[in-house]
Amino acid sequence: MFEPLTWALVALALAAMVYAAVLTALDRRINWTLLGALGVIELVLLAQLVVGIVQLVNTDQNVSGVLFIGYLIGSLIVLPLGALWALAESSRWGAGALAVACLVIPVLELRMYEIWTA
Amino acid sequence: MADPSPNGPSATRHDPSATRHGPGRILILVYGIFALSATARAGVQIATQFSEAPIAYLLSALAAVIYCAATFALARATWFSRRVATVAILIELVGVVGIGAFSYAVPDDFPQATVWSHFGQGYGFVPLVLPILGLLWLRRTS
Repeated sequence: MFEPLTWALVALALAAMVYAAVLTALDRRINWTLLGALGVIELVLLAQLVVGIVQLVNTDQNVSGVLFIGYLIGSLIVLPLGALWALAESSRWGAGALAVACLVIPVLELRMYEIWTA
Repeated sequence: MADPSPNGPSATRHDPSATRHGPGRILILVYGIFALSATARAGVQIATQFSEAPIAYLLSALAAVIYCAATFALARATWFSRRVATVAILIELVGVVGIGAFSYAVPDDFPQATVWSHFGQGYGFVPLVLPILGLLWLRRTS
């Protein structure tokens, strides 16, 4: 597993989560800055999918491939689905929902790390 | 509010769609996350290692069905779907408390196999808190 990408994703997702939580606290709605940040995270997740598959093919470790790829793919659907759901909300709670969606990414990264090093 | 429901006198007071707005937006998102992860988990367990612990994996599948039902029922937010959500969340509460207690009492029969094992410890105890918040939210928006 390419750890710099993992750490980058954890940091980006937590930063986006804090920003979304601040928007919620200030009674603001979702804005383009937040959506842009989610777009960047999504691109890095896509890079992680490619890098992850390449590494899985080349590794000598005994990694559960199905599970690992499942998490790589699963991590891609969280933010788009979360954004669709949150954008239908016209109050501050849309941003609040996105804060929670962002928190899912570090959790998935942790699970992927556990699967890789198991 | 628009769209008063014909379902009796109390029904006209509030709009059932309030269930999916406000903080409910977050609640339903969390339910959706659990619906996805429980379904994926049960699917993998049943497809790859069903014979190892069939009862635990069937309970995993039940948890997945309950989470999916609760998610859709809460998100639909009609008078009828709110009742469906209430039933689903009550089953969820019984499930997490029952299986949680059982997994401590008879640990050998219960490896970390379901979302509800050890009161949802593997998921940061969110599975234990979620049904309580769900029922409180349904009550608040009724």
